Amino acid sequence: MMQNFAKVKKKVTVTIDGVQVTVPEDTTILEAAKKAGVIIPTLCHHPDLKPRATCRVCIVEVKGQRRFQTACNTPVGEGNEIFTNTKAVREARKTVLELILADHPQDCLKCVRNQKCELQKLAYDYQIREIPFTVSAKNLPLEDSNPAIVRDMNKCIKCGRCVEVCQEVQQVAAINTAHRSEEFCISTAFEEKLADSPCVYCGQCVAVCPVGALTEKNDTARVWAALDNPELHVVVQTAPAVRVALGEEFGMPPGSITTGKMVAALKRLGFAKVFDTNFTADLTILEEGQELLQRLQEGGTLPMITSCSPGWINYIEKFYPELLPHVSTCKSPQQMFGALAKTYYAQKANLAAEKIFVVSIMPCTAKKYECTRPEMRSSGYQDVDVVLTTRELAQMIKEASLDVDTLPEAEYDAPLGLSTGAAVIFGASGGVMEAALRTVYEVVTKQDLKDVDFKMVRGLEGIKEATVDLAGTKVKIAVANGLGNAKVLLEKIKAGECDYQFIEIMACPGGCIGGGGQPFGTTVAIKKKRLEALYEIDQGSEVRKSHENPAVTQLYDEFLKKILDHEAHELLHTYYSARKD
Amino acid sequence: MSGELKKEQVLAIIKNKGNAKEKLLSILLAIQEASGWNYVDKEWAKLVATELEIPLTKVYDVLTFYAMFSTEPRGKYVIEICKSAPCHVAKADSAVQMFTEELGIKMGETTANNLFTLQYTSCFGACDLAPVVKIGEKVYGHLTREKVAEIIKTYREGSRCLK
Amino acid sequence: MSKIMPLISANCGKISPASVEDYVRAGGFSGLQKALKMPPTQIINEVKKAKLRGRGGAGYPAGSKWQQLYEIKHFPKYIVCNADEGEPGTFKDKLLLEKDPLRVIEGMTIAGYVFNAHDGYIYIRGEYAALQDDFQAAIDSAVRAGYLGDKILGTDYSYHLHIMTGAGAYVCGENSAMLNSIEGKVGRPRVKPPHLAEVGLFQQPTLVNNVESFANIPTIMQIGGEKYLSYGTVDSGGTKLICLSGNVANPGVYEVPFGLTLRDLIYDEELGGGPSGQKKIKFFHLGGQSGPCGFLSQLDTPYCYQALRDKGLSVGSGAIVVMDESVCVIDYLKAVTEFFIHESCGKCTPCREGNKQIYALLDKFAQGTASKEDYALLQRLSTLLAKASFCGLGQAAATALSTCLKNLQAEFDAHIEGRCPAGVCFTKQESGEQ
Repeated sequence: MMQNFAKVKKKVTVTIDGVQVTVPEDTTILEAAKKAGVIIPTLCHHPDLKPRATCRVCIVEVKGQRRFQTACNTPVGEGNEIFTNTKAVREARKTVLELILADHPQDCLKCVRNQKCELQKLAYDYQIREIPFTVSAKNLPLEDSNPAIVRDMNKCIKCGRCVEVCQEVQQVAAINTAHRSEEFCISTAFEEKLADSPCVYCGQCVAVCPVGALTEKNDTARVWAALDNPELHVVVQTAPAVRVALGEEFGMPPGSITTGKMVAALKRLGFAKVFDTNFTADLTILEEGQELLQRLQEGGTLPMITSCSPGWINYIEKFYPELLPHVSTCKSPQQMFGALAKTYYAQKANLAAEKIFVVSIMPCTAKKYECTRPEMRSSGYQDVDVVLTTRELAQMIKEASLDVDTLPEAEYDAPLGLSTGAAVIFGASGGVMEAALRTVYEVVTKQDLKDVDFKMVRGLEGIKEATVDLAGTKVKIAVANGLGNAKVLLEKIKAGECDYQFIEIMACPGGCIGGGGQPFGTTVAIKKKRLEALYEIDQGSEVRKSHENPAVTQLYDEFLKKILDHEAHELLHTYYSARKD
Repeated sequence: MSGELKKEQVLAIIKNKGNAKEKLLSILLAIQEASGWNYVDKEWAKLVATELEIPLTKVYDVLTFYAMFSTEPRGKYVIEICKSAPCHVAKADSAVQMFTEELGIKMGETTANNLFTLQYTSCFGACDLAPVVKIGEKVYGHLTREKVAEIIKTYREGSRCLK
Repeated sequence: MSKIMPLISANCGKISPASVEDYVRAGGFSGLQKALKMPPTQIINEVKKAKLRGRGGAGYPAGSKWQQLYEIKHFPKYIVCNADEGEPGTFKDKLLLEKDPLRVIEGMTIAGYVFNAHDGYIYIRGEYAALQDDFQAAIDSAVRAGYLGDKILGTDYSYHLHIMTGAGAYVCGENSAMLNSIEGKVGRPRVKPPHLAEVGLFQQPTLVNNVESFANIPTIMQIGGEKYLSYGTVDSGGTKLICLSGNVANPGVYEVPFGLTLRDLIYDEELGGGPSGQKKIKFFHLGGQSGPCGFLSQLDTPYCYQALRDKGLSVGSGAIVVMDESVCVIDYLKAVTEFFIHESCGKCTPCREGNKQIYALLDKFAQGTASKEDYALLQRLSTLLAKASFCGLGQAAATALSTCLKNLQAEFDAHIEGRCPAGVCFTKQESGEQ
C-alpha cells in the first residue's frame, strides 16, 4: 500500500485552458477542470468506481508532456498548464469516438438506450457525421436465458464498469474480462449462460452500463397483454424505492416524490387495483419481528438475517449455503403480497384466484427471478405474475402518452394499499432494520416508543453497526449494503467472530434505491437524494410504526389469525436451498 | 478426448507447484502438459479455482488471455510456426507451405489422428534460424523439405519426448 | 581490429552454464564480492557513472532508476528481472539466460543487496520453457556455493531468487503487465499513477530491469563505472548485444561497443555481412517491431542512444531486422501491424481498435484500392496511437508505420496508383478499375 506520509493535503495551482484554479494536490484533472467551467467528456469513467482510463475519451494536453493525459485518473501537478480543447485534442477525441463507433451497431433508433445512451450523447456532442473506418458487425447472439438480465455483447464498448462492479463491489465475480486483442470481451467463465454462472441478478452491472449492452428482460408486453385481457383482474403493487426515483424518467430532479402521480398513472394504464408493497412491508415487520423475538427467547439461530432482497438470497444460496439457517423464513414483501392478493384479496373481492394477475413495480432486477421461484406459489398459482422495473413502468407511461406533469395525484386502493412510514423506508439501507426496531421495541418493552428515528442505521456506509437499548435489553445489530460488505459480515459469522443478534442485508449499494432497475445514471449523489425523499415521506406519515397499520391488523383479524401461525406460515414464509455447484 | 485427467492428478499438480495464487500460470501450464492434448478442461479449471480460491472467471480470463493456453483439445503435438515480421521477411511462408503439404491440413487445423495441430505463433526468439518452428519446447531451425519430413517422421514414431 | 567486444558475452559457449567453478574461474562473482563490501550509495554511483541505459528497450538510465527506488523508504522491496524478451527480432536475453545464467544471477543479487531486498523474481517468457529448468539448476548451484540464498558469502545478507513463467503474451514485457502476470493474473498493464517504484510487485516498491541490464552489473562492479563508460560513447556506456535477422547474411547475436555505425553493423563481414541474397538492402527495422524503421540515408548514424534518437531512430532492444528489395514496405507493415493486433491486451480504444483499422487500411494499399484520404487516415491513427494509448505497446505500435509514412511516402503513392515496387502486392487491373 502507498505509504501515507503524515498528510495535510497541500494545495496546488494549475491553469486549465488559461483559467487558474487551486485544488488539493491529488485532485484529478477531471475534477479540477470543473472549477474552470469545463466538463471534460468521459465514457468508461463512473464517478462511483475506480478509474480504468481505457476508453481514452477524456484525453487532454499537458504542456511539457509528449503524450495526452487521461483526465479521469491523472492528478494535477503544481504549475501544470492543461489544455482540454486544442485542435490536437479535438481531433484525437473525435478519432477515439469514431473508432468506438466503428465497432458498434449503427442502430440507435431501435436500441433500448435510444436517448439515454452515453455513447450516443458523445457522438452527438462531437458532431460525428460519418465513420471513416471499416465498420464491422459481430452478430453475436443475445444472451437472455434468465428471467432478469439480457446481455447484448454486440453493443459492449468494453468500458469495464460492469466487471468492476461485479468483481470488486459485489464480489460475485460472475463476469470478467476475457481474451485479448480484437477478441477482448466481457464474459462469464467459459461463456456459460448467466443462469449457470454465479450471477445473482442484482443488476448492478445493468445499472452502470453506459450503453445498451446490458438491460433487464423487458416484460412490458406481458403486462399490456394482461391489461388488454378482459378475463383478467390485473392488480399492481409498487415498491417504496420506485416512488422517489420514477420522476427522474420524466425530467424531475432526483428525490422528487411522485407517489400520487405514480398511482394515478397506474390507474390510467388500466390496473383494476393499485396496491402498495409497503402494506406487506409492514406485514413483514410483524412476522419477522416475532420470528426474531422467538429466536432470541428460544435460543434459535442467531444472528438472524433479513430476507427481502432476492439478490442477497441468491448470493447466500450460492456462496454461503451453510449459513442459510440464519436467514429469516419470511418471504419478501413482494412475494407476501402476491400470496395474499390471490387468497385474502381474492376472497374479499369475490374473485377466483386464477383470474387475478399480479404485477409488481420494483427498483430491482432480481425480483424478476424471485417471482419465478418454484416455491413462490402458495396461492396455488404463481403468486406474482410479472415484475417490471422502474424503467419499464416509465416506458409504459410513455407508450400510453400520459402527461405526467399535469396528471392529478391519486390514492392507493384498499385493503392492500395502506401503509406506514416504517414501510416506506424499506427502500433504504437500514430501513428494514429501523422499521423492525420500532416494532420490536414496543413488543419487548411494552412501552410506547416516542422517538422513532434510529438514525445510526441510516446512510450509504457499507457496514453500519449499533447496539440498541430496548429499555435494558441490549440488541446488537448490523446493516450491510452491497454484497462485498455482506461478505465481510458472513465471514465473521462463519469464523464465529460476531455477536450480532440481527442483521439487515441489501444486495445493492445504498439499498433498493440503488437497485438494478432504477433510472440509468444513478450515482451516489442521486442515491442520497432518493434516500432523503424516503425519510421525508416517513417523517410526514401519520402512522410510523408497522404494528399500528390498521389494514394489517384487519388482515390478521379476518384472515391470518395469528403471527407465525399456520395460515401465516403457509402464505408468508418460505425455505431456501443450497445452489453452490 | 476430454476429461483425460482425474481430480487427484489435478490436485497433485496444484500441490506440486505450490497452492498459491501467484502460481496460477505455472499450474495451468503443467495441467495442460499433463493432459496429453495440450489443453485445459473446464472441470480442471474449476478445481484450480476452488483450490486457489480464485473466481472461475479470473481463471478463464488467464486461460483466454495467454496465447499458450487452449480450452479445447488440440493435437498431441502442437507445431507452432512464427508469423512475426523477421520470419516473414526470411520467408517463413515456406515453413507454412512445407508443413501444410506434409501433413495435409491447413493452419489452425488438427490432423485426423489428433497427432498434430498446426498453428501460428508470435516470435519465440529464434529469428536467426529462420525458417523455424517450435514443437512443445523444442525449436527446429533452418528448415528444409527434408528436415520437415524427418521431424514429422520422428514425432509420428513417438520417439521424441516433449521435454 | 575486431568490432566485436565480448564484455558480457565472453563466457557464452565457453563455460558450463550452471557450473559455479567455471564461472568463478572466468572471474565471476568477483563483482558481488566487491559489492558486498561497498555501501549501496557507492554502487549506485558506479552505475550512474557507467551511464548504463536499460537494455530491454526503453533505454531509461539505470542509475536514475536505482536512485529513485533507493530513496523510497518502504519495505520490503523486490527485484524483478524482465526476461520476457517478446520483441520480434530479439534473442539476446535467451543467449545470456542459456549460456551465462550465473552472470544474470550475480547482477540481480548485487541489485538485491543495494536495496536490501530479500526476494528477487525472474519472469521468463513461457516460450523459453526449455531453459527454465537449467536456469533453476544454476540458481541451485549458486545457493550451494554460498553466492545466493541465506547469509551470502558469510555476510548477514540473504537473498532468494524465484523463477516465474509467462504463458505467451508480448504485452507482459510491459513492466506493470509483467508484475500482474507474476502475481498470477492476466498481463494487462496497470493504471498509472502509482508507478512501480512505489507500488510494484505485491503492492511493494520494485526494481525492474532487463536481463542484459543485470548482466552488465557485475562488469561495472569489476572494472568501475568510468572504465565501463569508456567502452562506449559519451552518452551510452559499455556494449550492446545486437540481434541481426531478416535478409542479412550473418544473422545472430553480436556484442559491440556503442559508437559503431549502422553501416558497420549491417555490412561489416564480422557482423551482418550485408544482404543475404542477390538483392540490395532496402530498409531496416531497429529495436524490434515497436521501433522505428531506418533507411539507407541514415546508415552512417553512430549506433548509440543519443545519436540514433537525434535521427528519429532508436536502440530499443538491440534488434536490427534487415529488409532487401524483395520486401514490399506495405506488406512488411501489415506483418508488423498484425503482430500488434495479436498482442494487444485489448483494453484501450486506440490500440485495440486503432491497430485493427490500420491493418484494414494497409490492406487497401495492398489491394490497390487505397486513396490519398486513406494515407491521411493512417497518419491520424499513428498519431493517435502514439499519443493516446494506455501503455507502451500501443504507444509504439505505429512507430514503424509513422517512420515509413514519412520517409517512404513514394511507396504509398505507388500503391495508390496500383504499383508495387517490390512486385509483391496485388496490383490494379490495367482495365481502368478504380
